[in-house]
Amino acid sequence: MSSAPTVGILLSRVRVEEKLLLEELDRRSVPTKVIDDRELVLEAERKPDLGVDIVVERCIQHSRALYALNVLNTWGIPTVNTFEVADICGNKLLTTMRLIRDGVPTPRTRLAFTPEAATTAIEELGYPAVLKPLVGSWGRLISKVNDRDAAESILEHKDVLGTYMHSIYYVQEYVPKPGRDIRAFVVGDETIGAIYRSSDHWITNTARGGKAARCPVTPELNDLCVRAARAVGGGVVAIDVLEGPEGPLVNEVNYTMEFRNSIDTTGVNIPGKVVDFVLETARKAKQDQE
Amino acid sequence: MPKCPECDADVTVGVDAVKGEIVACPDCGAELEVTETSPLALALAPEAEEDWGE
Repeated sequence: MSSAPTVGILLSRVRVEEKLLLEELDRRSVPTKVIDDRELVLEAERKPDLGVDIVVERCIQHSRALYALNVLNTWGIPTVNTFEVADICGNKLLTTMRLIRDGVPTPRTRLAFTPEAATTAIEELGYPAVLKPLVGSWGRLISKVNDRDAAESILEHKDVLGTYMHSIYYVQEYVPKPGRDIRAFVVGDETIGAIYRSSDHWITNTARGGKAARCPVTPELNDLCVRAARAVGGGVVAIDVLEGPEGPLVNEVNYTMEFRNSIDTTGVNIPGKVVDFVLETARKAKQDQE
Repeated sequence: MPKCPECDADVTVGVDAVKGEIVACPDCGAELEVTETSPLALALAPEAEEDWGE
């Protein structure tokens, strides 16, 4: 490879993950430019002149990531991840449909547009059921609906108090799990590591207090997670897997993955693997342009 | 030493701090953003919004 590409990191704030990525790039003497999404102006009519060869998207806000990636990719600027991946992973229904399309096991899901239809959907799936906002993260606004009283109350609140997006009802079966789920990290075509997230609460996100422990990456887990990653467009993604009574189910795919609690737990240099992938993606993109 | 804009406590920030980094106030726990590194300046970090996440 000739000279190292210049890597842009598009971010909103420098969290632990962004700092680790910046340190890894610096350690390898890769020219790096931080692009603060609060200061960014993208002129739609011409190719953005950011002075970088590839952009690593690390925005905290899904909407900013989505639209910035659309402009960058439309103008042929390579990004990790791509607009397609952000678009699919940022929306739970779009993710579900990709998983189903590609035969990746996922919890049974219903889509409805009115509180009445959502009640029917919940009762078809049976109590308890899970209501989730289409867009959202860190386990926020996810409801376990235990009975009809709870269903009516939650649906009325969403209908009256929520934005229009909260009136698109995404309902899933509740999957009884053994007090934990699995968060697996996929980079390219490899599951580089995984953790168990354990909690007494049914929501096991580490952002909500779930405790991390090492999870071995079996060939089966690797295969499942790589298939899920490919279904959403591939790249650098974190897969949430539920250990259901009838086998593992892919619950969600995250495209701006957080990994601060997983480096020591997995023993894997996750930022190192991500940077390897970014540099390889930049190299291939340059090759394609030549 | 910079002060917490919320509670006025002294906040220690690492020498390797970068602009945009988030630190927590040791006294009140407020999330603070490093807005300048030379000289160090802190501001309250933005509150989480609906589409924040990973």
